[in-house]
Amino acid sequence: MIEKALKGGKGYRAWLLFLLAVAAAGFLSYLHQWSHGLSITGLSRSVSWGLYIANFTFFVGVAASAVTVVLPYYLHSVKEFGKITILGEFLAVPAVIMSLLFIIVDLGRPDRAFNLILYPSPQSLLFWDMIALNGYLLLNLFIGWSTLDAEVKDEKPLPWVRFLILLSLPWAVSIHTVTAFIYQGLVARPLWHTPLWAPRFLASAFASGPALLILMSLLIRRITRFDPGCGAIQKVATIATYALLVNIFLLLVELFTTLYGGVPGDVVHLRYLFLGIDGHHALVPWMWLSMVLIGGSAGALLTARLRRREGVLALICAAIIVGVWIDKGLGLVVPGFIPSPLGEITEYGPTLPEVLITTGIWAFGVLIITLLYRIAIYVKLQEAE
Amino acid sequence: MTRREFLQLLALSGFGLVAPAGMLKGEGTGKKTPKKWAMVVDIFKCAKKEGCTECIEACHRIHNVPNIPDAGRQITWIWTSPFDALFPEQPAYVEALRGRQIMALCNHCENPPCVAVCPTKATFKRDDGIVMMDYHRCIGCRYCMAACPYGARSFNWQDPRPFIHAIDKGYPTRTKGVVEKCNFCDERLARGLVPACVDACKGTCLAFGDLNDEQSAVRRLLGSRPAMQRKPELGTRPKVFYLLA
Repeated sequence: MIEKALKGGKGYRAWLLFLLAVAAAGFLSYLHQWSHGLSITGLSRSVSWGLYIANFTFFVGVAASAVTVVLPYYLHSVKEFGKITILGEFLAVPAVIMSLLFIIVDLGRPDRAFNLILYPSPQSLLFWDMIALNGYLLLNLFIGWSTLDAEVKDEKPLPWVRFLILLSLPWAVSIHTVTAFIYQGLVARPLWHTPLWAPRFLASAFASGPALLILMSLLIRRITRFDPGCGAIQKVATIATYALLVNIFLLLVELFTTLYGGVPGDVVHLRYLFLGIDGHHALVPWMWLSMVLIGGSAGALLTARLRRREGVLALICAAIIVGVWIDKGLGLVVPGFIPSPLGEITEYGPTLPEVLITTGIWAFGVLIITLLYRIAIYVKLQEAE
Repeated sequence: MTRREFLQLLALSGFGLVAPAGMLKGEGTGKKTPKKWAMVVDIFKCAKKEGCTECIEACHRIHNVPNIPDAGRQITWIWTSPFDALFPEQPAYVEALRGRQIMALCNHCENPPCVAVCPTKATFKRDDGIVMMDYHRCIGCRYCMAACPYGARSFNWQDPRPFIHAIDKGYPTRTKGVVEKCNFCDERLARGLVPACVDACKGTCLAFGDLNDEQSAVRRLLGSRPAMQRKPELGTRPKVFYLLA
């Protein structure tokens, strides 16, 4: 099956070459970081996590969102998802790989990463995140591969694959819950120390992940003969709609609790985010953009006239992805550190090397999804004939 | 020999090996109470010494703490902050001490959130209460920095060695990519000396001792004068106390 991914026309090869070039630029930038240390980033003593961890958080969510198609199809026999499910599973694989890569490039001493295994620390959420993410990666790789393999050989999938599929459902929820717990458990950071992040993460993940899946599906329908199905796409859009509404609701709950209570230590982080403090307002325009994108997408999704036009739907999905990425990435990680425990405000902005490494990892993820989708689509098209 | 007899023999030999080991362990944990190191800072005396950095200079010199020009990337084992920044929840004292610089350092908490989150146990709490750093094990994830409610931890964003004025051979230098912080001068305590900051302050603002020793300076101070800790409501149980009066 793998050989199918490597053969293709000029356009396909040009695409792969482009992705490799962007990934290579990122890799070179990473070598620069390897030799000079993380001083090449915009991070500081106060804001010690930034673009890398923001991306890690977002892509764990995308990985977890595979459950939104897997659960209806395998547990509730929603036959309409027959073609889109493999796309969802194979979206989870590069998403997890990207999350892991973002953690690795954020480490000060990645050469010591093996210490995570040599000295297991079950009291640390990062330990559990490592287990959850790697386990989920293996699960999805195996499930996707064995179901495709069974189709190629025109057989039924092995019986215990169904068990693994069922396992992947709570596992998907757990990877994002563990990620939220990384933040939620810290008493030092009032913005993070609230129970709402786990449900909010899942809600925003189940909006942005399906949005990405819809974009992928529309693109695939355009450039290949594979059609996941209008009905499937609309159903996935429905899931994204409800998830987005829940996300907005939870945001409003968060805003009310913090602002009505008015505890200065809690309010100050939101004030920095949405209004700025003492002339420091780097994130303000981003946050309002995010709110407009999320709110606007929700409204548009609720309007059947807009939702059913696939050109508009694509735009809505792009808006959801960007809006959630800002809200969950920059809007969560950076303001947690501003102001610092000593009341200082040190703003953060990524540097060019940091952005290059980030886009390099994105390109690598897109490369993997290109290869996986090509194999999946080939098998599905063969099966249809 | 039957299978049952073999299994019984195995069980007995196992017990025979474990029991004396258990008794030996009992010998090890004797009646000595471990130390519980703590520090007491006299806020008013420290606030009066405007511009004083003796404790900081002594500590940073003997621990090879680099002098990083970029203000956002400094490494500080001890630093000074305005009173209202250290104790934002104590407005009643702000007027008397508003804006005055007070020294602060790692609180070596009894319930340290940084130790809880470290995924490799590179930071750990010793029996004597000191929260230690293992520079060789740290993977530089900076989770401990996010978890510390006091801003006590620093990260080596680049190789620190070019920024060390004069390397003291008595203490290791660090590499880029690891976290560091105050260690209550465990290397000096091992030689029966007080921490360098306490020594440099020449007995005015800082006291150090064993909370488990009723005769120690810290116990006597805390027993006779009111003191507070930074952010006690978080449950970290810091062991650096600030005298109120």
